[in-house]
Amino acid sequence: MTQNIPVVKKILNENDLLAQQIRQRLEATDTFALNFMASPGGGKTSVITRTVQALRDEVRLGVMDGDIVELDLRELAQMGIPVSLINTGGQCHLDANMVFSALPSLELEALDLLIIENVGNLICPAAFDLGVHANVVIASVPEGDDKPYKYPAMFKGADVLLLNKMDLADYFDFRVDYFRRGVEALNPGLAFFPISCRSGEGFDAWLAWLREKLATHQAQRSEPNS
Amino acid sequence: MHELGITQSILQIVLHHAEQAGAVRVQRVNLVIGQLSSIVDESVQFYWDIVSEGTPAHGAELHFTRVAARLRCDDCGHDFPLNAEDYTCPQCGGQRVRVIGGDEFYIESIDVDLAQDVPQTT
Repeated sequence: MTQNIPVVKKILNENDLLAQQIRQRLEATDTFALNFMASPGGGKTSVITRTVQALRDEVRLGVMDGDIVELDLRELAQMGIPVSLINTGGQCHLDANMVFSALPSLELEALDLLIIENVGNLICPAAFDLGVHANVVIASVPEGDDKPYKYPAMFKGADVLLLNKMDLADYFDFRVDYFRRGVEALNPGLAFFPISCRSGEGFDAWLAWLREKLATHQAQRSEPNS
Repeated sequence: MHELGITQSILQIVLHHAEQAGAVRVQRVNLVIGQLSSIVDESVQFYWDIVSEGTPAHGAELHFTRVAARLRCDDCGHDFPLNAEDYTCPQCGGQRVRVIGGDEFYIESIDVDLAQDVPQTT
């Protein structure tokens, strides 16, 4: 006779357990970590590069890049930033196992901020917890204003949203209010910054948000010792 | 797009629970998948037949319970299915809405044949 056995287990349980281990590692070294997600061409590398340029003198940072070639990392490496390539071999997302395996390639003790660049994709990366402190989602004007409606899971899981390529707003029929309405339904009160990597517009606000998060994290970390 | 990895995770969990229960064969796997978890049923079943080969779960039927993503209007409390073009409340036109489900992604149960059943069934 066939018997029904209750399981009730999350399919990504294994990933979530590893993400928990990453979280513990990051806590142990006081490293604040960000996971950057966007479509291919949305501006992940450009946003990261500009962010690194702005913060490199005040924060010790490192970058982990999920990609198939090292191209994206060259500019950062030339700046003297510790970088680590996770060769994804064409995978559609980073998972906790890939990030966990790559952690030893960076000296976490020497990093205040770890930036992880995920694979360009608005679907798959949303499902995998990487154990970071915040998920940064980048949308961009040429992609269209319907993205929150087509890829709800990605926007639902974001902790901060950047709308890149605002310098092109005059050339596209991008309805910022329609876009934001979709985002608000999925993720009420989500921090939102319209930016342009090209002109630098909006970067002050985004960097202020990031500096505040870093300061809060560091303050929380030093509390138990004081 | 990553259904192969997902299918391997499902198999791992299923085999673990089947073994714990002393099962010799898994007949059916009952999955609950929310609309926001972008997973294609046919694709998982396709990979399942490959990755489960040689295990007690080979040939098991995967049963998907799909949970639609729903929104609730903050203004009037109306519940409605998520529409991929507009999240406006169809009842009152409210635009303050929130997602109230659809990200489920778990194995609910498995139907198995236990070891002591075998002599009776063969």
